[in-house]
Amino acid sequence: MEQIYSSTPDSCKLVSASEESVRFLLDYSKSLSIVSSRGMTFESNLN
Amino acid sequence: MELQFDDSALVRDYISGDERALEILINRHNQRITSFIYSKVLDRDATEDIFQDTFIKVIKTLKKGNYSEEGKFLPWVMRIAHNLIIDHFRKNKRLPKFEGGEDFNIFSVIGDDQLNVERQLIKDQIDTDLGMLIDELPDDQREVLIMRIYKDMSFKDISEATGVSINTALGRMRYALINLRKIIQKNKIVLTN
Repeated sequence: MEQIYSSTPDSCKLVSASEESVRFLLDYSKSLSIVSSRGMTFESNLN
Repeated sequence: MELQFDDSALVRDYISGDERALEILINRHNQRITSFIYSKVLDRDATEDIFQDTFIKVIKTLKKGNYSEEGKFLPWVMRIAHNLIIDHFRKNKRLPKFEGGEDFNIFSVIGDDQLNVERQLIKDQIDTDLGMLIDELPDDQREVLIMRIYKDMSFKDISEATGVSINTALGRMRYALINLRKIIQKNKIVLTN
């Protein structure tokens, strides 16, 4: 059977972002407020 | 097809203010996006950073109402991740990073020749102690020692400056060192760094 050789065997590894990263993004999304006024956009982060 | 429809519905819900929709979108595509990033950067920490930066851009774009690719959420996110991966490599090219392995430590090759704070304090203390010991020497010996060690003068220059022969200057230096050792031994002083 044909063998597949790769110099970087890890490159096809399935990985997921950590729960902390996901939690951070969800908290960031909840805290981020974007308001547009007179053609200008204002970002505010309510921590 | 169904998945794409679901994505676009979730994007609409999120834009309308449903934060739960974002959680579903992230969890749904987490493995695919993270694996894609990891396959390029091959570094777990960098992967986490790029994943976060990708979704920060996604969140900002959606909240600003700038998203217009309905039904193509995943390819859009993948494109953002791809651009951030390119940025990552550009940044690393400007700031080369060296990492030590089990058999190689970069600090064995390069080092900082500056003393750390503790060693600098010890050195300052030794210099002060040594100055006090030198003050105990007879004037003629102290004079020669200071000229030779602190002023880096040659014995020829010292002999001219003090008006004695080179041999006398050499002899005073020799006795200065012998006497310093005697004072150190007598008082059991430890001078180390």
